[in-house]
Parts: sequence; structure tokens; C-alpha cells
Amino acid sequence: MQQKEKKEQQNDSIWIVIAGYNEEKRIGTVILDLKKNNYHNIVVVDDGSKDRTSESAADAGAIVLRHVINRGQGAALKTGMDFAVKNNAEIIVTFDADGQHHAEEIPRLTSPIINGEVDACLGSRFLDTSSNVSWHRKVVLKGGAWIIWLFYGIRLTDSHNGFRAIKKEAVQKLEFKADRMEHASEIVEQIGKQNVRYKEIPVTITYTDYSVQKGQSSLAAFGILWNMIKSKVLK
Amino acid sequence: MSIGIEALGEFGMLQIIGILFAVFALSRAVLRYKDHSIKTNELVFWTVIWGGVICVAIFPSIFVTLSKFLGIGRGVDTLIYTGMIILFYLLFRMYVKVEAQQREMTKLVREIAIQNPVQKKQK
Repeated sequence: MQQKEKKEQQNDSIWIVIAGYNEEKRIGTVILDLKKNNYHNIVVVDDGSKDRTSESAADAGAIVLRHVINRGQGAALKTGMDFAVKNNAEIIVTFDADGQHHAEEIPRLTSPIINGEVDACLGSRFLDTSSNVSWHRKVVLKGGAWIIWLFYGIRLTDSHNGFRAIKKEAVQKLEFKADRMEHASEIVEQIGKQNVRYKEIPVTITYTDYSVQKGQSSLAAFGILWNMIKSKVLK
Repeated sequence: MSIGIEALGEFGMLQIIGILFAVFALSRAVLRYKDHSIKTNELVFWTVIWGGVICVAIFPSIFVTLSKFLGIGRGVDTLIYTGMIILFYLLFRMYVKVEAQQREMTKLVREIAIQNPVQKKQK
């Protein structure tokens, strides 16, 4: 019983941040699933959706922040993280809106931080074999990880995995500039630059027809790479 | 009096149009400076550009001399190269400005969002 209480207390200082753009169909289920797993601080940043994402998320019980116009996933996550920090979050978990991630796996990412082992945990779909990743996506993600190593000197097994947990103090240290998809690489870059202690944790990514259709095409990687080069040159 | 590039030696129609256009553009720049919508350095930049156009229109031989100096075959080629360099420069400046504006816009959108959280009372 005491242990359960302690766990609840811990969960209260964990904030889940979800960036959603036109996700009215799935976002409700994702939030309810998080609640079932005893996470009550859920912030959804509706990134200027044209559908009822905000309403669905609020109905499911999340706190909704609304971007008046679409500014990209990076900007949306940043908004959610700032809000969580302002509301005394100790650990911030970024989670996808399309049901690719599993709420039961959150403790895998948060417990190394609670134990004081690291300040950030990055999900990786390649550390075990439970994710159903297509071959071309694998090539792109592995290539992405290699480019991240080349650019920022950090070795990862996965790139652009949106499932992460970061300690408040680390979030405050990170300086984000990228608004669009390259933010995922930027987070990694900043983790390296600010000497945040991090660790990769195996997570399951379930690609459904919905998430594949909603998500990024493998070709979008070239756009991300271009933006990375641009920000490297123009800095 | 013939019209066109061949007439560079005489005072051709093209030169008159060029001068008139440059004077018009220059007057616009001065007006915009007067109502504070451009800064002094921007006024200087445009004065140099359009002043240069007027000079070249009146003394096209400047370009012939310049071409010989630079080792470019014809005066017109030098003109085109110079124009391209200026255009690229302006494009780059515009690009930097747009990026900065995008960032400002994001900041604004994020601030509005953070200040207006929506939470429904759960039954």
C-alpha cells in the first residue's frame, strides 16, 4: 500500500508532453491510456490543428495549450516542456500523439532518472526487436543516427525517436532553436553540448496504418538533413 | 538615334528610361527613410545602387572600362554579373530576415499558448 502511494507521488511529478497536429481520432485514446497508467499531468500542445484535436484532448482530461498557427513539432514540444517546468514538473516525458508509444513503458525511461543514474533517457526502437520497422525506415533512421554522430559526436542506435524522458534541470539547460522536425536532432545536439548524462532505453514502437499514414515519410529525412545543415551553417 | 544596347555611346531611349526609373526608385527610398520605415544604412545602400545606375546610364563607357579591367569581354556582361551579385545579396538578406521573423512568430505563438491553458473539469 505504501509503495503504491509512493509510486503515485512520483507519477505526480512526471509530466507527459504530447504535440498533436490533426490527431482528433487517436489523441483521446492515447490520453486515456496514459491515465489508466496513473499519469495525471498530461499536456497536449495542439499545433494549430484544423480538426477537433484540442476538444478531444480536453475531453479526455488533458491540459490543452493551443498554438494559434502551426509552428512544427519542435516548437510544440518546447511549449509543453516550458509549461510543465513552470508547473513544477520534475521529469518530462515526450510522447507521440498517434499511439505509436506504449504508456506501460514510461517507467523504463523514468526510473533511471529517479534513481539518479542519468538526467535523460532516449527511447530506441533498435535495442530490442519488438518494433515492426520497415527496411527503408530502418535505413533512414540508422543513417540519421550516423549523421547525428558525424554532426554532434553522440553515438545513438536510433534517431528521431519521440519517446524520451528528461529531468527538469536538464530541460532548463537545453537551448532549442529548431521549430520543425529537426528538433529531434537538436535535442540530441543539446544533450551533448550541455553534458547532460543520458542513456538509451529499448522501447517498442508500434507502427499502425494510422501512424504510418499520419507520420513522416522516409523521404522527409532529406528535408530534416537540409535544415540541420542550414542551422549548422547559419548559426 | 537608335534604341538598345548598341546605342550605349549616344544618349539612347534605354538610358533615359534607366535614369527616370532610378530617380523614381531613389525618391521612393528617400520617402521611406523620411517616414522611418528604413534605416540610414539602408538608405545609403539604395542611394549607392540607384546612384550607380544613373552614373552608368549617363556614362555607359564606365562599364566598358570596367570590363577591360576585369577581363570580361563585353560591358553588358559586366552589367549582368553585377546585377546578379546584387540580387543574390538581396536574396540572402531577405532569407535571413524571413528566418528571424519565423522565430519571432513562433515565440509569440508559444507565449499565447502558455498563457491560455484549457482544462476541462473531469466528472
